[in-house]
Amino acid sequence: MLEYRVEIALWAISGIIPFFMLNIWTNNNLNESINISNIMLSRYFLCAFFVRQFSVVWVVFSFEEDCLMGKISPYLIQPLNPFFRYFAQHLAEQITRFPFALIIAFFFFIFNPESIWIPNSGILILSIVSTFLSFLIQFLIQSIVACLCFWTEKASSIERLLFIPTLFLSGLLAPVVSFPAYVKSWIYLTPFPYLIDFPANLLSGNKTNISGGLSMQILWIFLLFPLFKKIWSEGTKKYTAMGS
Amino acid sequence: MNLSKYLKVYTKFLHTSLASELEYKTNILVDLITAILSLIGSIFLLSIFFQNNGYIGGWKFEQALIIQGIYTILNGITNTWFNPNLTEIVKHIREGTLDFVLLKPIDSQFFISLKKINPSGILEIILGFFLLFFCIRINQVNLNFSFLSLSFITISCSICILYSLWFFISTTTIWFVKTWNAIEVLRSFLYIGRFPLNSFSFSLRIFFSIFIPIAFITTIPSEVFLGLSQLWKILLEVFVAIVFLITSRKFWLFALKSYSSASS
Repeated sequence: MLEYRVEIALWAISGIIPFFMLNIWTNNNLNESINISNIMLSRYFLCAFFVRQFSVVWVVFSFEEDCLMGKISPYLIQPLNPFFRYFAQHLAEQITRFPFALIIAFFFFIFNPESIWIPNSGILILSIVSTFLSFLIQFLIQSIVACLCFWTEKASSIERLLFIPTLFLSGLLAPVVSFPAYVKSWIYLTPFPYLIDFPANLLSGNKTNISGGLSMQILWIFLLFPLFKKIWSEGTKKYTAMGS
Repeated sequence: MNLSKYLKVYTKFLHTSLASELEYKTNILVDLITAILSLIGSIFLLSIFFQNNGYIGGWKFEQALIIQGIYTILNGITNTWFNPNLTEIVKHIREGTLDFVLLKPIDSQFFISLKKINPSGILEIILGFFLLFFCIRINQVNLNFSFLSLSFITISCSICILYSLWFFISTTTIWFVKTWNAIEVLRSFLYIGRFPLNSFSFSLRIFFSIFIPIAFITTIPSEVFLGLSQLWKILLEVFVAIVFLITSRKFWLFALKSYSSASS
């Protein structure tokens, strides 16, 4: 992974959309309507950036390529589920990304010195756990989509479709508290706010329901995992090696 | 004679790539739903921004919708032509197949930029035009000759700038081989084009007009729609577009000198 330092640095830069959004929020005093101070809002978006950095998943794209190239066949013979391979890749890249994310955070604090804060260790551990759970949820969702490769060959377009609600509803572009009431009434039943909004609120010290959020995350993992197992076993039966 | 040759080649390109893309019909349907959802999502996001007092950066919601419309059209163009073709450059260079392109008796930039077409982007362009027509109605834009010609000029300049940005980044592949992530960075910067430039702080505004001229791409055409644009801004956009086109062309020719084929 260290071979691709420049790429990973660019990856980290491409995640800076939350900061642009923060700029719109603070520059137009939009926080007045949702009762969050500017400082808390900037912490929120910084945390959203961090959570996003450590929960990005691209397994469907790797899997699709491997599937179309027929590289999956040798993996299938191995006694380990090939998704563990992708899982390990994701973890390795997240660790490599950590220093770059820290550098970006450093620059962020230079421009916004008033928003420096140090979360206490309990909160820090809880938010690392919830970020990891958010990563797991996204990994499971994408793995399920990736398994659709066995049927449609181009599963990545389905993933792009799913990415749209993730982008707008997860809290990456605007905190979920700012959403209108008709969205807030149902959004907490979906997995989306637990992907970024919940861990970011937790880490930044904004108001959030800690036990509720964590249990919803775990609940979603328990719902998605059997689904993944099912679709995986169905899909591998369907699999006909391509390109080999 | 030269032009007619290029036109003829282009119709062949259209034919072959449409034929291969239409193989994946469900894919096109999924892409259409994606485009619609993404438009709904960005309008939803805009409506959150306008919850407070109905203005961001001096723009009203109805006016900001024009920017959305133009952004959607430009994004559609990106998805139809720039994205499928220019990501292909990466592949050409990594696998050394750029040799075959360079050997063809046709301009390499032309070949590489227009070879493929992704029909699902066209649906997005149509969607954008629908939104724009809706905006023209709710903002009571006067449809006269000068408006039409000015908006045509500014939008074509935007397309040229956008194309040059994409082409520029893809060209750097010749040295760096893998530029997927640089393209990702460009994408995330282009995302800013969904919002009026004035809604950003002064330093970011400068950044987005000088270093990466995203400001020119959507804000100036939208100002033309509202009749707010000054002549110097339009002239500046034309100038920037020409400069970008020429530099990207020069950059490509320069990059080709450093091209050393791979694995063949």
